[in-house]
Amino acid sequence: MRDQIILRIAAKILVGPILLFALYVQFHGDYGPGGGFQAGVIFAAGIILYALVFGLDRARAAIPTSIVTWCGTLGVLIFAGVGVVAMFMGGNFLDYGVLLYDAEHAQHIGILLVEAGVLVTVFGVMVTLFYSFAGRRRSR
Amino acid sequence: MESVVDLALLGLLAVTAFGVLRLRNLVAVVMLMGIYSFLSAALFVVLDAVDVAFTEVAVGAGVSTILALGTLALVGTRQKRHTKSPTIPLLIVLVTGGMLVYGTYDLPRWGQPDNPVHGHVAPEYLEMHVPLAGEEGEVLEVHIPNIVTTVLASYRGYDTLGETTVVFAAMVGVLTLFVGSRRPRRTRGSPADDDGEDGAS
Repeated sequence: MRDQIILRIAAKILVGPILLFALYVQFHGDYGPGGGFQAGVIFAAGIILYALVFGLDRARAAIPTSIVTWCGTLGVLIFAGVGVVAMFMGGNFLDYGVLLYDAEHAQHIGILLVEAGVLVTVFGVMVTLFYSFAGRRRSR
Repeated sequence: MESVVDLALLGLLAVTAFGVLRLRNLVAVVMLMGIYSFLSAALFVVLDAVDVAFTEVAVGAGVSTILALGTLALVGTRQKRHTKSPTIPLLIVLVTGGMLVYGTYDLPRWGQPDNPVHGHVAPEYLEMHVPLAGEEGEVLEVHIPNIVTTVLASYRGYDTLGETTVVFAAMVGVLTLFVGSRRPRRTRGSPADDDGEDGAS
């Protein structure tokens, strides 16, 4: 699709705002609809759009397969890690109230970190799935 | 007015579902499934479940469509003709569907305030209280306006961790499948494999 000029220009204009919108959905999840899961999917959609229009190789050069696989694992670790840290600080597993001096702030921070974990995992997994499907040749 | 919108959306859903069943061109089927997802999301918006609608659009209509198209590029876009008679599957579907419809008669009416689901833990959650660590009974207000986020990330943190792990497991599964199936082809090493007949994709 690299010689379709309208597609290319449209994609070039769209990819940035899509990634930005994903971050908006992520950090606005406390106030409106959205959260880590949706943000991760939207972020992945931006990368997938780039890969579809400009080719898988260029997408892989920008965001290598190893990094997205790594992301898919890292997010779960962040999520579970927040829980373990809460345990070390004297609370229960995933009990954010103990993370900071003030329980209300701690809840906010805990939710923020956990949502970040979800974002990273969902983004990593979606792009990994896309890379795996798109990178395979057709079998007979 | 709302019931008109509901009926219109449900009718379109049914039409789309029949289209998916009848069509043999799988690319068209994938597009129709994206439309199906989009219509479901519209229904969720009518039901005031905007978070669910958001997820449905992003995952169902967005990424799933792309992944399904990627799969079609691997397996071809024509559905094979069925050779077996459809009588027994039709019978099973009719009986199961009939049982499900029969089951709905025992469900509480939709949207009634005294339904069991509204009397369980939801009122507590809606008061925006999160129990403090360690201290029994003490509660604290958390000013997060979107109750869905609070429920997902805090009250139901275990569930969400589980869901994230499931997503991770999906990645592990796909990677295992694809790595496992790539190796034998490489060792076979016949030159015809290198640039196969993938021009159609």
